[in-house]
Amino acid sequence: MSFRFTLICGFFLFCSAHGFAQNATALLQTVKKKIDRVDDYMATGIMKTDIVFIKTPVSRIRTYFKRPDQFLIKRDGGLSLLPKKGIAINVNSIIPANGYTVIDVGTVVLWGTQLRMVKLLPTDENSDMVLSTLYIDEKQLLIRKVTTTTRENGTYEIEMLYGKYSEWGLPDKALFLFNTKDYKLPKGITFEYDDGSVKKELPKNKKGRIEIVYNSYIINKGAGKLP
Amino acid sequence: MWTLIQIEVFKIFRKPRTYIAFAAVLAIVLLIQTAIYVDGRKYLEFVMKDISERFDIGGNPVNGYFVCFIILQTLLIHVPLLVALIAADMIAGEANMGTLRLLLTKPVSRTELLFSKFFATSVYVILLLLWIALLALLGSILLFGTDGMMNAKSYEVVLINENDLMWRYLLAFGFAAISLIAVAALGFLLSVFADNSIGPIVATMSIVIVLTILSTMDIPFFQEIKHFFFTSHMIGWKGFFDMKVDADGNALPGTIANSKAILKSAGILVLHIVGFVGIAIGIFNRKDILS
Repeated sequence: MSFRFTLICGFFLFCSAHGFAQNATALLQTVKKKIDRVDDYMATGIMKTDIVFIKTPVSRIRTYFKRPDQFLIKRDGGLSLLPKKGIAINVNSIIPANGYTVIDVGTVVLWGTQLRMVKLLPTDENSDMVLSTLYIDEKQLLIRKVTTTTRENGTYEIEMLYGKYSEWGLPDKALFLFNTKDYKLPKGITFEYDDGSVKKELPKNKKGRIEIVYNSYIINKGAGKLP
Repeated sequence: MWTLIQIEVFKIFRKPRTYIAFAAVLAIVLLIQTAIYVDGRKYLEFVMKDISERFDIGGNPVNGYFVCFIILQTLLIHVPLLVALIAADMIAGEANMGTLRLLLTKPVSRTELLFSKFFATSVYVILLLLWIALLALLGSILLFGTDGMMNAKSYEVVLINENDLMWRYLLAFGFAAISLIAVAALGFLLSVFADNSIGPIVATMSIVIVLTILSTMDIPFFQEIKHFFFTSHMIGWKGFFDMKVDADGNALPGTIANSKAILKSAGILVLHIVGFVGIAIGIFNRKDILS
C-alpha cells in the first residue's frame, strides 16, 4: 500500500517538475523568439556610472547592436569604462542559443509584478557562466531581472524597465550591478598634487552600478553597424 | 625699463646655452611621443593595471591630451633644471665675465637692473613653456587625435570629457609658468651671491631635486612637512584635472575639485617669487661689486 502510494506520488512529482521545466523552456524560447526579432539597433541614451574609484560625469551614449553578438557602448565626447563582459549588459545576449539546462524555480513578486524565476545551468563545464537566474514577466514576455554568476568576473545583476520598446523586448532603462575590487596606485607613479583636503575612506566591497536610460532606438534599419 | 628688458632678453638669446633647453625639450617630447606611438596601449595597461584587468576602456584613451599629460608630468619635474641654467647665470655670469661693474656704471639703479634681468628671465621661461605647449599639446593632438582623458590618481580615476579639457590645459600651463618663474627666482637669488655661475646653477638644481624627492616620498614625516616646500605646490597644475561631484557622486564638467587649494598654491609660489627677488634686490643693493 505504502509502496504504491510512494510510486504514485513520485510519478506525479516527476510529471509536475518535468511539466514545469518544459513550461519554463517554452517560456524561455518564446521570450528569446521575441528578442531575436531584433537583428540590429542603434540606441541613444544617458549613462550614469557609480563606481567608488571612478569619477565621471553623466554622459550621453550611443549603443550599437548587431546580431549575433556585436555590441558597443560609445560615450559622446569621452572615454568609457565598462566592466569586462560588458556585453552582458545587452538584453540580446542574456539567453544563450544553446548549451544550458533550464530549471523552473517558481514565481516571485518583484516591483509589484509576479515574475517567473528560471535558472540556467550551463552544460559545458568549462563555461564562464556558472549560474544565471532570470526573472521573467510571463504576460508581457519580458526579462525584468538577471543575476549571473561567472567564474572570472564574479556575480552581476541586470535590472530592466520597459516602456515604448517593450514589444521588441528592449528596455527603456537598464541597471547593471557588479562587484568591484579595490583600486590603488603608488603616489610615486602618480606624482599626485596634495590639495590638503582630507580624503574620505572609500567604502570597500561596494557594488559598482551603471545605469543607462535609453531615449530612442533605431531597430532593424541597419543602424546597429559598429562604428 | 622696457629697453633694459629688451637688452637682457637679447643677451639671453645670444647665448648658445639658452637653446640647450629648447633642444632638450624637443628631444624629450619626441622620444616620449615615439615611445607612446609604438607601445602606448601597453604603457596604459601597465599604469592602469587595476583598471584594465577589470574594465574595458572604450574610445581612444591614448590620445593627444593623455600624451600631453604624461609629457607634462615628466617634463615639469625636469624643466626647472633647465630654467636654473639661465636664471642662476643672470648675475653670476656677468660677474664671471667681469662685466657686472661696468654694467652698473650705466645710469640705471641696481633695482631697475635686477628687475629687468628678472623679467627677461621670466620671458625666457614663458617662451620655453610655449615651446612645450606647442610640442606636447598641439603636436600630440596632431599625432594621436583627441578624445576624453583619464587622470589616474592614487585612489581614483577621473574621466574628463574631450570638450572639457582645453581650458584646463590653458590654466595648467598658466600655473606651470608661475611654478617655473618661482624656480627662476630662486636661481636668480642664488646668482647674487656668486661670482661664477656654476655654483648657483648646481645649488638651484640641488634644492629643487632634494625638495621634489622629499615631497614625493610617501613617508608620513615628509608628508607632514612637504607643504612647507615650494616644490610641493609646483604640481598644483594637476589640480585642474579633477572635478567636483554632485550629491549622487556624478562628476560635474566645467568645475575644478578644489580651486581654493590651487589658488593657495599659486599664492604661495607668487610669495616665493616676491620673496626671492626682494631678497636678491636687497642683498645686491648692499653688495660691494668687485668684478
